[in-house]
Amino acid sequence: LSVLAVAPFGPVPGAVLSAMEAALGGAFRLPVVRGDPVDEPARAFTPARAQWSSTVLLEELLARVPPAAARLLGVTERDLFVPVLSFVYGQAQLGGRVAVVSLARLRPEFHGLPPAPAALARRAATEAVHEVGHTFGLVHCLDRRCPMSLSIDLADLDGKTATPCPACAKHLEGSREMRRTRERTEGVRT
Amino acid sequence: MRARWHILVVDDEEAMTESLAAWLREDGYTVDTASSGREAIEKARGREYAIYFVDLKMPGLDGIETMMEIRKLQKEASVIVITAYATVDTAIAAMKEGAQEYVVKPCHPQEISLLVERIIRVKNLQRENAILRRKLTRQYRFHDLVSKSPRMIEIFDLVREIASQRSTVLVQGESGTGKELVARAIHFSGDRGEGPFVAVSCAALAETLLESELFGHEKGSFTGAVAQKQGKFELADGGTLFLDEIGDISPKLQVDLLRVLQERRFFRVGGTTEIAVDVRVIAATHRDLAADVREGRFRDDLYYRLNVINVQIPPLRDRREDVPLLAQEFLDRLSHELGREVTGISEEGLRVLMDHDWPGNVRELENAVERAVVTCKTGVLGAEDFVFLARAAAPAAPGLSLPAGLTLQELEREYIAATLRRTEGNVKAAAEALGIDRSTLYEKVKRYEIPR
Repeated sequence: LSVLAVAPFGPVPGAVLSAMEAALGGAFRLPVVRGDPVDEPARAFTPARAQWSSTVLLEELLARVPPAAARLLGVTERDLFVPVLSFVYGQAQLGGRVAVVSLARLRPEFHGLPPAPAALARRAATEAVHEVGHTFGLVHCLDRRCPMSLSIDLADLDGKTATPCPACAKHLEGSREMRRTRERTEGVRT
Repeated sequence: MRARWHILVVDDEEAMTESLAAWLREDGYTVDTASSGREAIEKARGREYAIYFVDLKMPGLDGIETMMEIRKLQKEASVIVITAYATVDTAIAAMKEGAQEYVVKPCHPQEISLLVERIIRVKNLQRENAILRRKLTRQYRFHDLVSKSPRMIEIFDLVREIASQRSTVLVQGESGTGKELVARAIHFSGDRGEGPFVAVSCAALAETLLESELFGHEKGSFTGAVAQKQGKFELADGGTLFLDEIGDISPKLQVDLLRVLQERRFFRVGGTTEIAVDVRVIAATHRDLAADVREGRFRDDLYYRLNVINVQIPPLRDRREDVPLLAQEFLDRLSHELGREVTGISEEGLRVLMDHDWPGNVRELENAVERAVVTCKTGVLGAEDFVFLARAAAPAAPGLSLPAGLTLQELEREYIAATLRRTEGNVKAAAEALGIDRSTLYEKVKRYEIPR
């Protein structure tokens, strides 16, 4: 079965995972399954920055993509970085198989605000669609309401919906990768 | 749309290049990477990148050296230097050497995205501007002629209409108005365009030489005729013969030419065999040929034979709307040919060009732009780059005709009077044009009793 799998790195609230799965199912029209939890690789932690390397987490995910899964999305509470940037909300292999989303900066608490579980779930859902969209070859969209638009801060993120804009949806459905994935899914179903 | 913009990321640390490249690719740009200055320069030789991200601290060629080499290859390249906190001072030095921006790593994602977006927005505008400018020039272009003046556009229409006929054309206009360009446009837009276009300046050669030049000669027909030679009429067979300065040919050649035009056949000098040709003749002159006919200097039968279709090119001062268009056209071409980075003409510079009388017409404008491009120090042609025009204007002042036998004093009187007429009595302008001060001019005006 060709599906999208969502796997938590360490403890992640179930409600957030569910919201992400629902958004992915809606946006990509593919079955979504909960993958097994993945242990965080200790080497991903970089003491000098007190952050976790998203690239190392992607490597770890790549080794653990379930055979039936077209894509694997990891979810972590850790604050992620890539070498050239001070932080990232998530990272994906552009046109690849794995992506990761960090909940750390999506939490209001990170910015000194009171917790807001509903907002967290909504942001995580949008970010999940954004990163998985990259794995299907989508690049940043100029439509600020599209989940594929670039979010630099929470205001950007909160302005987005979890449903790709018509242009991105068209691009997605027209992509060879999505057609192949869908054929595999249909083939197993019939 | 962004994918058409190529970005090169240069850093010896693979983790840095890869993470920056991945981030930019997610933004939709096409990104290449290089792990050293040398590799970056090699890649820059192969293609033009819109933006170069260059790390300052690299073994071998460092960031500044790499940037300078890249800018030698691509003057317009935008370079963003990447630096760590420890080397911010060096980054500032890099800015002085021409880097457009610097980023300190690790940097906020917003910084890179906004920076790239800003640079690309400017590049998009520049590209759009260049396309529009090309379109605009194309709209006003007919072969090598550029004009938006209604009188010139009428000429373009006439040229299209007559291009495929065989009738003789007489092109008249002052020196430098582009008579030969009009002749070429007639030739190349008609069905003779595939055939030869042969140009002869009738003023440049003595009568006998011109005769042999036009009609060719047989071996031994005169001293120096060591071999048989084809004339321009034969060379232009199937095409067009352009006879420039036709008003200057001798009475004998006028007769010979008339015969060829009537019969389409001629003898080589010293030859006995008649040669038939299919040639369209376009003649040109800066003279008032009708007046020459009235005064008996030019045969009326030849005049009427040549003047089947008449094209009168207006002087540049009568179509000043073309000055900015032509100046920009010359600037684009000459700055490229001369390898000078001169991008435009300031408003003041343009005003000087618009105010000038252009006695030498388009050719003078082209020379003026060339001279200004060569001496320009700022990258934009300003009024100061065209000061030589004011000085040149005086000797070329129209309205001065000198009868023979003048004394030097009489000549001075005539010249001052002509200059004052040209400046419409403005003593200050006349004194400047004559290169003397006002009091001297007043004194001379008084002495020679020149009316003002």
